[in-house]
Amino acid sequence: MKGISFGQYYPASSVFHRMDPRAKIILAVLYIVSTFLCKNVLSFAALTISALLLVILSRIPLRIMLRSLRPILFIVVFTSAINIFATRGAHRLTPEHWWLAIYEEGLWNALFMVLRIVCLILSTSIFLTYTTTPVSLANALERLLSPLKRIKIPVHDFAMMMTIALRFIPTLSEETEKIMNAQKARGANFTTGSLFARAKALIPILVPLFVSAFNRAFELATAMECRCYHGGEGRTQLNVLHYRASDFVAILLLVGFGVGLWFLNRVDFLYRLG
Amino acid sequence: MTQPFIHTENLCFSYKDSEGAGEHPALKGISVDINAGEYVAVLGHNGSGKSTFAKLLNLILEPSSGVLCINGMNLTEGEIDDEQLMELRRNVGMVFQNPDNQLVATVVEEDVAFGPENLGVPQEELRRRVDDALDVVGMREYAKHEPHRLSGGQKQRVAIAGMIAMMPKCIIFDESTAMLDPGGRREVLDTIRMLNREHGITVLNITHYMNEAAEADRVLVINDGLLLTQGTPNEVFSDRALLLSAGLEVPQCSEVVLELREGGIAIEGEDIASLQGCADMIARAYATR
Ligand SMILES: Nc1ncnc2c1ncn2[C@@H]1O[C@H](COP(=O)(O)OP(=O)(O)OP(=O)(O)O)[C@@H](O)[C@H]1O
Ligand SMILES: [Mg+2]
Repeated sequence: MKGISFGQYYPASSVFHRMDPRAKIILAVLYIVSTFLCKNVLSFAALTISALLLVILSRIPLRIMLRSLRPILFIVVFTSAINIFATRGAHRLTPEHWWLAIYEEGLWNALFMVLRIVCLILSTSIFLTYTTTPVSLANALERLLSPLKRIKIPVHDFAMMMTIALRFIPTLSEETEKIMNAQKARGANFTTGSLFARAKALIPILVPLFVSAFNRAFELATAMECRCYHGGEGRTQLNVLHYRASDFVAILLLVGFGVGLWFLNRVDFLYRLG
Repeated sequence: MTQPFIHTENLCFSYKDSEGAGEHPALKGISVDINAGEYVAVLGHNGSGKSTFAKLLNLILEPSSGVLCINGMNLTEGEIDDEQLMELRRNVGMVFQNPDNQLVATVVEEDVAFGPENLGVPQEELRRRVDDALDVVGMREYAKHEPHRLSGGQKQRVAIAGMIAMMPKCIIFDESTAMLDPGGRREVLDTIRMLNREHGITVLNITHYMNEAAEADRVLVINDGLLLTQGTPNEVFSDRALLLSAGLEVPQCSEVVLELREGGIAIEGEDIASLQGCADMIARAYATR
């Protein structure tokens, strides 16, 4: 439990690490749109190259980068299987009498889907998790969504809740460890037995954990009151976010990339999505 | 004579039951004056009402009856608006026992900035205040660290810096050293004393450590919601019977002197609160024997 890593921020010094987190959120959204713009071989090739470029620019080791793809392995396999076997087209590759026929179109579709998902995950994890700390992400979201305050959506409060949650993750995980050890010392067993028995063994951990979390919450609320907290109104900030020229350049580049994809889509080459 | 910084008359407070039916009186009439720049220690057994008293002083809790004036502002007369409340809490800071439950941000400097941010202090001044506050507690080099990786004493100093950055006139420490080891406690106590001596901040230190109380200018003893006695540490610690009746003990050094006196050894002098004072007194008595 020690050194539990929440989020996957990877400290390094790259263009993305230095970028304004708001710009990174915008870039992530633009990139997601771009992945859905792609329609044909050329645009997907461009997308793949751009994703590789992002990986290189982010200076995150490939080994760590690939870790972000592990959870989606199943989805990748599953969608490609569906695409391969369920697509009907003009060019059949397997003999007539096969129960599940494979068509050339199916293979293309599967390839495109996989590329799309992989690029999506890679780009969002580069922009939002590997190069941005959760706290600056919360901060950036608050600033980006601040226009919503006008329609009475409590943006600041949500951001504050997120920051406090992040602040307390290490504290509570340490506490969980302490309680677990205390229960182990009393003979509790969390590692053997049926699933049900193991789930039941967790109750003596969860109850004290909740009690202590509530006590902490009350104390923290008092401490915040003592420090004049009264919501987001009239609050200033020590570290104010500043867009820099490079942030705008990056956004413009990505918009340009999207337009480029749109042109590439119009070129007929090998195959395009229907 | 100038007005005391804190003035209470017959201050009472009762906790309400969750149903609002029953009442648990926690403070039963405390009258005390604390001057600006004083260093006051508050003693009392568990549940005697020390924390309740502290929480009344910055209106975390509202007094049930009695008079409470802080910095010339009468808080028990008429309505208090939000601005006055903010001004009060800016003036009277509070540091609690568990450092983990009072740090809000994930970076030290941002936590120190939390208070002044709430006050709407403009950014350049904010930066200056944070740096100054961290300098005062000697934590400047940790400005970019994560609070949960600091030692207990360091966390508590960060919490103090968070108060200093609001530029309060008075800071209340509610058992702020209770969870610290001797080293951490020394760090925090030295910081408290320095704030009082060099920055003129009024200090109220609630504690269970008698030798900590001995460092104060004045000691208040609260027993079951009432002010039992008050005076300089020397005065308070020479009445062992009274302290015992409040469930407290005198510091070990004072105990030695008092026992020796009871045993018929004449030890002259008043300075029985501090270890140094007791040692000197015993040495003198031994020399003139
Ligand atoms: N939230 C509460 N609701 C009801 N009663 C309370 C509450 N907090 C404290 N009390 C009661 O008020 C009395 C005074 O409590 P207080 O916390 O002020 O004591 P204390 O002197 O600070 O004790 P300690 O040394 O343990 O911190 C106690 O009898 C306690 O049971
Ligand atoms: Mg208390």
